[in-house]
Amino acid sequence: MNIEVRTAAPGPRPKPGRRARPEHHTGWSIGDRVGLAAAWAAGISLCVVAAVIVLFMAWKGLQFLHLDMLTSSPEASMDQSKSGGFLDPLVGTLLLTVIGIAIAVPVGVGIAVWLTEYGKPAGLARLVESGVEVVAGTPSIVLAIFGLLVFQQGFMGIFSFTAAGGAVFGRSFIAAGSMMALIALPLVIGSTREALNSIPRHVREASYALGKDRASTIRRVLLPSARSGIATGATLGMGRICGDTAIVVVLLGASMQTTPESGPLGLLRGTGSTLTSYVYNNSPAGEGNAPDKAYAAAFVLLMIVLLLNFVVGLIGKRNKPQWN
Amino acid sequence: MELKEEGARTGDGPAAEVPPLRRIVVESETVPIRVGDYAGPPDPEYGKEPWQLAAGLDGEPTWIEERMRTEGLSIAYGDKRAVKDVSIEVNSGEVLALIGPSGCGKTTLLRSLNRLVELTPAAKRTGRIILDDQDVDSFDVTHLRSRVGMLFQQPNPFPMSIFDNVAYGLRERGSKKPRRRQLEPIVVDALERAGLWDEVSSNLNHPALALSGGQQQRLCIARSLAVSPEVLLLDEPCSALDPISTGIIEETIVELRSEVAIVIVTHNLQQAARIADRVAFMYLGDMVESGPAGQVFGAPREARTQEYVGGGFG
Ligand SMILES: Nc1ncnc2c1ncn2[C@@H]1O[C@H](COP(=O)(O)OP(=O)(O)OP(=O)(O)O)[C@@H](O)[C@H]1O
Ligand SMILES: [Mg+2]
Repeated sequence: MNIEVRTAAPGPRPKPGRRARPEHHTGWSIGDRVGLAAAWAAGISLCVVAAVIVLFMAWKGLQFLHLDMLTSSPEASMDQSKSGGFLDPLVGTLLLTVIGIAIAVPVGVGIAVWLTEYGKPAGLARLVESGVEVVAGTPSIVLAIFGLLVFQQGFMGIFSFTAAGGAVFGRSFIAAGSMMALIALPLVIGSTREALNSIPRHVREASYALGKDRASTIRRVLLPSARSGIATGATLGMGRICGDTAIVVVLLGASMQTTPESGPLGLLRGTGSTLTSYVYNNSPAGEGNAPDKAYAAAFVLLMIVLLLNFVVGLIGKRNKPQWN
Repeated sequence: MELKEEGARTGDGPAAEVPPLRRIVVESETVPIRVGDYAGPPDPEYGKEPWQLAAGLDGEPTWIEERMRTEGLSIAYGDKRAVKDVSIEVNSGEVLALIGPSGCGKTTLLRSLNRLVELTPAAKRTGRIILDDQDVDSFDVTHLRSRVGMLFQQPNPFPMSIFDNVAYGLRERGSKKPRRRQLEPIVVDALERAGLWDEVSSNLNHPALALSGGQQQRLCIARSLAVSPEVLLLDEPCSALDPISTGIIEETIVELRSEVAIVIVTHNLQQAARIADRVAFMYLGDMVESGPAGQVFGAPREARTQEYVGGGFG
C-alpha cells in the first residue's frame, strides 16, 4: 500500500514516486517556516530569560546572604553592616500567607462546591462567576486601597490600632491578610472547580445509589477526591500572596519591624512587613538604599516562590484519583 | 463460541421510521440454555413454584420470590418517551436480564427502580413501582436506595481505602458513629460474597483505586452488598472488563441471586444466556417480550425478539 502523508499547509506537492516525509518540512511555505522558527526562538529565549533571572539572583543573593540575616531583625541604620537581617519580613511573609490562605481556602472551596454541585438559580451562579472574575482581574493596589477604606471604618476598629482620637488606623496583618485572601480566592475556586468537574457523574451517582444525600456525598466523596486540586489552588494562591507588594505597602504598614498591638491577638492587629516590601524599601528605588540586603532577601523570596511552584507540580501528579 | 455481527439492515419499506436492528448470530453448539423446568416442592409461604435451573454456572435451585414490580411504568425525557408502559416483576432467586438495542430504554428503566432517574431534571415518570408491596414513592429516597443497590458500567470505587469503600454505606446511618470493630464483620462478609476477600484480605487499608478494573468492580459489588440490599441493579457491569474478570463477576452474580434479586442490563447476549434466568427484551421503549431465558432465546414469541436474538440459539 502506498500511503502519502501530506501536511495541512499548502506547498509544493511532492514529486510523484517520492514519498513526502512529515518530519522534513518539504510541504511548508516560507511563512509557515518563519512562524515555526519564531515560535521556537521565543520558547528558547524564555528559557534563557528564566535561567538568567535565577542565576543572577542566585549569584547576587548568595554573595550577600548570611545565615544570621534570617535570624536577626532589621535595624534602622544607613550602614549596611549594621542594618540587621530580615527575620521580621520573613516571618511577615509567612504569617500573611497563612492568614490569607486560611481565609481563602474555606471560602473558595465553598464557592466552588456551590457553583459545581448546586449552581441554582443559574442567574445567581453566573453572577457569582462574574464576581470571581472581577476579583481575579482587579489589580492588587486597587484591592489594597479598597481594603484600607473598609478597615478604617469605625466598626472595624477591633482589627487594627485605634488612635487616641478614635481614628482607626486600618492597617494590620488581618486587614492585609483579608485582601490577600481575595488575591488567592480565584485560584482556589478555579482549581477546586476543575477538580470537581473532573469527577465523573457516575461516581456521584454511586454515592446516591448507596442512599447518601448530596451533602454527605460532597463531604465524604467529592471533597476528598478534589483534595489535590484544592491543594494546588492553595499553593498557587500562596505564591501570589508571597509575591504581592501593593497590599503590604498600603495595608500592612510596611513597618521595618513587626509591631504587635497589645492584647491576645495583638500580633494580628499589629503592623509589619514582608520580603517584598523589604526588598522594595532597601532597593535603590526605596529609601533604604541597602541593595545588598535587597538582593539577599529577593533571592530568599524567589526560592520560596519556586519551592511553592515545585510543590504545585508534585501535588498535581500525586493523589489525583483516576477513574477510567 | 463465536459471535458474528451481521451488518445493520437498511430500513426497507414500512420499516423506514424504525431504526434497523443489529443482528447478532451465535455460532456454537454449547450455548447453555436454561429451561424453566419445575423441580422440588412448591413454596408454601408464597404460593409460588420454585424453578430449578438447568445447567448454568452453578445449577443451584433457588426459591423465587417477588421483590419489585412496575405497573404501567412510563418515563419521558421532556417530549421523548424513553420507557413506555412497562410492567415487569423483579424476583429474588433469579437473574433478570434486560436486553435490547442501544437507546431502547434499558438504563432508564433500571435507573427508575432506585429513583436515580429523578436526578435528571427533564425526566418525568408515570405508573407505579412497588417494592415489597409498597409504592417506592412512599419511601424516603435514601432508604429506598439502600434497599435497591446499583452497579455502574465503569468501576467507580471512592478514593479511599478498600475497607472504607465497603463501609461507606454503613457510616452515618444512625446518630452514633459505628466503630471499625463493629463494621469489620459486615465488611468482611460483603467482600466474601463479592468474591474479593481472598485477594484483598491482607491489604484492606490500601487505596481502592489501586486495584485492577475487575477487582474494582467486585469491590463496588461488595460496597452495595454491605448495606444488605434486596435488589441489585447492574448496568452493563462487565462492558469495561476483560473476559477473565467478566467470568468472575458472572459467577458472583449467579451465586448472589439466591439472596438478592438481580437485574442486569447487557448487550452481550451470550452473557445473558449464561447467567439470566429470565430475559426481557426492550425495543424503542416498549417491553416487547419477557420470559424464561430458554424461551426468549430458544423460542421467542415476538418477531422483533426473534430478529434481535437471532436464530443461532439451539
Ligand atoms: N438524560 C437524558 N435526557 C434526554 N434523553 C435521554 C436521557 N437519557 C436517555 N435519554 C434518551 O432515552 C432513550 C433511552 O435511553 P437509555 O439510556 O435508557 O437507553 P439504553 O437502552 O440504556 O441504551 P444503551 O444500550 O446505549 O445504554 C434514548 O433515546 C436516549 O436518547
Ligand atoms: Mg444504557
